[in-house]
Amino acid sequence: MLRDLKEELISGSAEEYVAALFERIKRSKLNAYNTLSEEIALERAKEFDRSPWKGQMAGIPIAIKDSISTKGIETTCSSRILQGYVPPYDAHVIERLKEEGAIILGKTNMDEFCMGTSTETSYFGTARNPWDLDRVPGGSSGGSSAAVAAGEAPCSLGSDTGGSIRCPASFCGIVGLKTTYGLVSRYGLISYANSLEQIGPLTTTVEDTAQVLEVIAGHDSRDSTSAESEGGYLNNLDEGVLGLRCGVPKEYFGEGVDENVEKAVWDAISVLEDQGATWKEVSLPHTKYALAAYYIIAMSEASSNLARFDGLRYGLREGTDKDWHTTCSRIRAAGFGPEVKKRVLLGTYALSAGYYGRYYLKALKVRTLIKEDFQRALQDVDVLVTPTMPFPAFKIGERIQDPLSLYMADVFTVPINLAGVPAISLPCGFAEGLPIGLQVIGGHFQEKIILKTANAYEKATPYHNAKPGEVI
Amino acid sequence: MENDVIIGLEVHVQFNKLKSKLFCGCSTDYHDAPPNTHTCPVCLGLPGTLPVVNKKAVEYAIRVALALNCKVQEETLFYRKNYYYPDLPKAFQITQYDYPLGTEGKILIKGEDGNDRLIRINRAHMEEDPGRLVHAGTIDRAKYTMVDYNRCGMPLLEIVTEPDLRSPKEARAFLDKLRNILEYLDVFDGNLEGAMRIDANISLKGGVRTEAKNISSHKGVEKALAYEITRQRNIQRRGMKVIQETRHYDELRGVTVSIRSKVGEHDYRYFPEPDLVQMKIADWVPRIEAELPELPDAKRERFKSQYGIADDHAKSLTSDIKVANFYEDVVRQTRPREAAVWIADVLKGELNYRDVGIESFSQDHMVEILGMLKRDKVTEKGAVEVIREILDHGGSPADVVKSRGLAKAEDNAVMAAVQEAMKECTQALEDYKSGNENALNFVVGQVMKKTRGRADPGEVNKLVKEAADQL
Amino acid sequence: MDHIGWLATIKVAEEEKDDFVAQFNSVLDYFHQLDELDTEDVEPTYRVVDLVNVFREDETKESLSQEEALRNAPRREKDYFKSPRIV
Repeated sequence: MLRDLKEELISGSAEEYVAALFERIKRSKLNAYNTLSEEIALERAKEFDRSPWKGQMAGIPIAIKDSISTKGIETTCSSRILQGYVPPYDAHVIERLKEEGAIILGKTNMDEFCMGTSTETSYFGTARNPWDLDRVPGGSSGGSSAAVAAGEAPCSLGSDTGGSIRCPASFCGIVGLKTTYGLVSRYGLISYANSLEQIGPLTTTVEDTAQVLEVIAGHDSRDSTSAESEGGYLNNLDEGVLGLRCGVPKEYFGEGVDENVEKAVWDAISVLEDQGATWKEVSLPHTKYALAAYYIIAMSEASSNLARFDGLRYGLREGTDKDWHTTCSRIRAAGFGPEVKKRVLLGTYALSAGYYGRYYLKALKVRTLIKEDFQRALQDVDVLVTPTMPFPAFKIGERIQDPLSLYMADVFTVPINLAGVPAISLPCGFAEGLPIGLQVIGGHFQEKIILKTANAYEKATPYHNAKPGEVI
Repeated sequence: MENDVIIGLEVHVQFNKLKSKLFCGCSTDYHDAPPNTHTCPVCLGLPGTLPVVNKKAVEYAIRVALALNCKVQEETLFYRKNYYYPDLPKAFQITQYDYPLGTEGKILIKGEDGNDRLIRINRAHMEEDPGRLVHAGTIDRAKYTMVDYNRCGMPLLEIVTEPDLRSPKEARAFLDKLRNILEYLDVFDGNLEGAMRIDANISLKGGVRTEAKNISSHKGVEKALAYEITRQRNIQRRGMKVIQETRHYDELRGVTVSIRSKVGEHDYRYFPEPDLVQMKIADWVPRIEAELPELPDAKRERFKSQYGIADDHAKSLTSDIKVANFYEDVVRQTRPREAAVWIADVLKGELNYRDVGIESFSQDHMVEILGMLKRDKVTEKGAVEVIREILDHGGSPADVVKSRGLAKAEDNAVMAAVQEAMKECTQALEDYKSGNENALNFVVGQVMKKTRGRADPGEVNKLVKEAADQL
Repeated sequence: MDHIGWLATIKVAEEEKDDFVAQFNSVLDYFHQLDELDTEDVEPTYRVVDLVNVFREDETKESLSQEEALRNAPRREKDYFKSPRIV
């Protein structure tokens, strides 16, 4: 609990705590971190011990996904093409965390440019799942998630474009939140798919997620798509779920879903029922088209967002310069991993003359249908309850050779990004020792409702207390 | 003259009178600054940065669209135009594509035959300027290129004409008129480097179109187009076909050169900019329209009717807003027709000769000079001398008249000089009596000498002739 | 593939081409399932936010220093970013 940690840091030694974290990280086999900000973090911790400051995150160390700009700290998106890039500015969320007294531990490993569901596309090698080192931690925020699950950070930030916070939260048995689109400023988030992504917290408890959200949410004039936040996310956490109406979308169960996962989710629904909630079956009829629509939109936007990596202002530049186009083509071929290359090429194709209507525009129309599915369903219920992932963490190397099978893993997470609604994932059981995630989805700007629902469930279950064995 | 020339122009106007760039807060005041000192993470396109639209830039754009008689789009938005070039840090330019801010406008110019010509505006849309390339050598032979991003992100309005222009001169007249209107609107300072850049498209009827890109002066456009016409005619005459291509205008040599075209066609893959939202500007239009200043054509008509001056004076006075304002200041205290002559014909001439603007001369001084002329205190030639002296060395009219002895010769002194000359120039007068009219010029010359040029030549002529005829 | 590679400015190596093309085709086939849906009368959703008219005032903010701007430049020529030649 961050709340407890705050007190411990004041009565105890922040320096010792932070030093112990770095110890643990350096002994770790998880490969959760790309860059450590050890000197500065220890310096800050010492300062805090000398004279503690105030703030919602006062003294609390936090790990940051390597797709979020941190001034003076190398930021690579786990890609060779950005190796050595040191941003001259902080992302909005980093400014906010620093304003509230947090200490940045370092940058965590991820799928290259957020493109993946396992962290296996990272140029720095995959991160590992603390529950089973031969398995993936999920992606793309795999490093952030593994670090928190293994006690290598008390909390972290990730980003979620199609499930990149919720998937690793599910696979690593922790809490992860993707907010309503626009609630958290994207200024400083190195863009993969602008119309889909949000930065969000990864923590061990729901209360901690609400705490971090309180700090990072809210309007930023530097992000034209940024919305106002009502704040007060900690206020009604313990309200309980008496009278809460849950919707269970039938499309999220059945074929393709691991039976342990289904059972765990239905058990979770019972737990909520025991606390006074009701549930009924609902339908999100266009669910099966969400993956195709998602990937078309994401790849198209990505092909444009990643075009700026040409070796001129930052990043990789090797070999003798020939002419502009030849040189850039070579640099990009050398700097991007195969999955990134594929998505950029596919996205370029989808936007190109003659195909724009067939793919991009079509996908945007399907997006409308999916958004309306959610709006309709949420008219009669307050939240939707589903599994986060159709299965627990798979083995490293198992799916990476077949991109389509990897894409399919996102089937329950991507519709949420398309609709722009908020969703939280939290642990709801185990399948042969591997964590299973429960997803609670709400309507636009209904973060408080899903937080209180998740909190009620968490308080009534033991799963958030389970910790992976010592994996050092 | 064969009239088979078809010309269209794309004019990029930089709103350099705004304080900050289009999507970020960097100052627009970069023209004399060292390279890469007016950039920020946003205009450098650093990963993770986002654009935010400068509201005033949109207002300026609407102002221009209205002044060009365009229809202003009620809902407009920005798009990404994706292509690779070192001056484009995001590898896309934020611009407008569908639903541009202004469409279907028009400008009236005078054709070469003196008739009014209506030039239609296809569209006016907003976009950001890329950076500036400095080649180590010429573009096709440089070993490498250097990039300065100071200009990157400057607010531009792209104005595209229909292919209604029929000659290089017309193109020039169009650009002059456009620049005039823009200066009236106070949205840009046309003298700053990069303020206006033109792409000129030209074809001969039946032939393909070539484009000369990135020309920075109106004269350059005229020359480039003239060169292109000649070049294309020559090709046709030889029975060959003109290639559709983009050419670069070489300012120094006055020719267009082929830029080896890139492999493959450009596919810009336009899509709406996801980091920006729609702009609904319909209800801004009435206010901006009401606040539009009087534009050149209207001002010209008003000058003619209000001040009773001739059309070409009115045209000359309104061709530069600063001159027009100068004239109206002066006219408050002087006679309009005289003021028109002395400002439009004399002062402007002297200013052009010295390549300076009307800021170099004070309204008060002009009022003073006109007053002296009215009270016959100085000859016209003298007044011209005063203007030149002030422009070259400063001072006030009264001082200059005194120090240079330009006060008009008193009538007595003139009469005395005439009488003296009549006595002295016996030979000339005899020649005149014999029928040689021009002989009097000698006498006049002598009078002018005696009065040290301070007499009015016209008057002296009259007096001498009168006196000579009485002999 | 070559044309797309040119547009995306990524040199696709010969040995990669076959693989890529195969994977492309399977992914594109998957995308084609969207053709099952009739979206004739459906408006596209470009953004999920309802915001319009988001602007900033015409005010200046401090720029980066020249040093900061050039700091990450892999190749540099005095005060400029050094770029490969155009042609």
